[in-house]
Amino acid sequence: MLKKRIIPCLDIKDGRTVKGINFESIKDAGDPIELARRYVSEGADELVFLDITATVEKRKTLVDLVKNISKEIDIPFTVGGGINCVEDVESIISAGADKVSINSSAVKRPKLIREIADRFGSQCVVLAIDTKFIDNEWIVFVNGGRTATELRTTSWAKTVTELGAGEILLTSMNNDGTKDGFALPIVEEVSELVNVPVIASGGAGSMQDFKDLFSQTRATAGLAASIFHYNEIPIQALKTYLKTNEIPVRCR
Amino acid sequence: MIAIIKYNAGNITSVQNAVRRLGYDSIVTNDPQALRAAEKVIFPGVGEASSAMNYLTERGLDQVIKSLEQPVLGICLGLQLMCLESEEGSTSCLGIFDTKVKRFNDAELVPHMGWNSIKNLRSSLFNTLEEGDDTYFVHSYYAEISRDTSAICEYSVVFSAALEKQNFYATQFHPEKSAGIGEQILNNFLKL
Repeated sequence: MLKKRIIPCLDIKDGRTVKGINFESIKDAGDPIELARRYVSEGADELVFLDITATVEKRKTLVDLVKNISKEIDIPFTVGGGINCVEDVESIISAGADKVSINSSAVKRPKLIREIADRFGSQCVVLAIDTKFIDNEWIVFVNGGRTATELRTTSWAKTVTELGAGEILLTSMNNDGTKDGFALPIVEEVSELVNVPVIASGGAGSMQDFKDLFSQTRATAGLAASIFHYNEIPIQALKTYLKTNEIPVRCR
Repeated sequence: MIAIIKYNAGNITSVQNAVRRLGYDSIVTNDPQALRAAEKVIFPGVGEASSAMNYLTERGLDQVIKSLEQPVLGICLGLQLMCLESEEGSTSCLGIFDTKVKRFNDAELVPHMGWNSIKNLRSSLFNTLEEGDDTYFVHSYYAEISRDTSAICEYSVVFSAALEKQNFYATQFHPEKSAGIGEQILNNFLKL
């Protein structure tokens, strides 16, 4: 049986792991390679590295860091942040990443999704959507959550899969950093609508939150950062808990 | 020396890194002589079947691969190209394994992506593994069950997670991305 995936996310700034609350007030959380290695040994199913400064400060994601991660890490990993063209993807993939995550650049130029999928395959393209519930609607935000767009989350999710996105990483900005649980309604709405896997992100604070995610929505993966960074929820304990609750997870 | 076949399909870097972590040197090459001289050959790949076969055929590598006598390990697209034919681009393949490659038509989500259990393990590649161990898959096409099947997996259908015939071995999953279990499988291959 295909397993539900637990994915720690490492937000990267200047080569260090950082974590913000509600997309702001950044604090240092350690060396990314060391953390990545720890997550692999604890049983993480995949890793996501997001260069959170890349879009805002127009920096390219650090290809050298990706090369070093690839040397150390034997599970799939995704790299995102500041990817604007097929050449950016080429450099990240040839450095050893399995997938790239794109966000603002796809909103600016949706055809980029098709270009990447044609060249590297849909399985390479993780479309990240940052969304916020405003006036009774889930709206897409870009530039690291700083700028609202006109796009509704559900219609954007549909569009990106038609263009060739192979996976959707859906982050609820309302929930991010709150530890109050995932935004189950929008996660389920998007998962039901599209025929690609949906990774839910934002709000995980307890093991129960992951159980609720997998039992109440069709999400195939749950992503979190700080609770794993600071070992508030050890990944091994989380997986044992999920297995006991009859959620299929990888335990060995 | 371990040779990794160079052709128009990635992700070769990960395979090379995995081999290096196990303490072996490797070269990435499409030179027939270097491939024939290697102790072991790895045929990796993430890509599209027909364009990959065209690349191999144009360079005569199809004949070279078929005639190799040392242990050869196909991974993912490598496995599919070692079968008779693939529905992807209606491609005629190398015909090493006696099975055909079909598309997942009845699955809710395609590609089949993530960790899934492998069972009915019957290959020295799987020494020290347990029935039902999880490995990492990413694919939209699968090889049907055949007499060469050495492990099975289920995703809307039961398919060949691994194939084996004489000196030819292949896995549909990515051992280089399958953490400790994958490392064990690669190590078993490199020690053959």
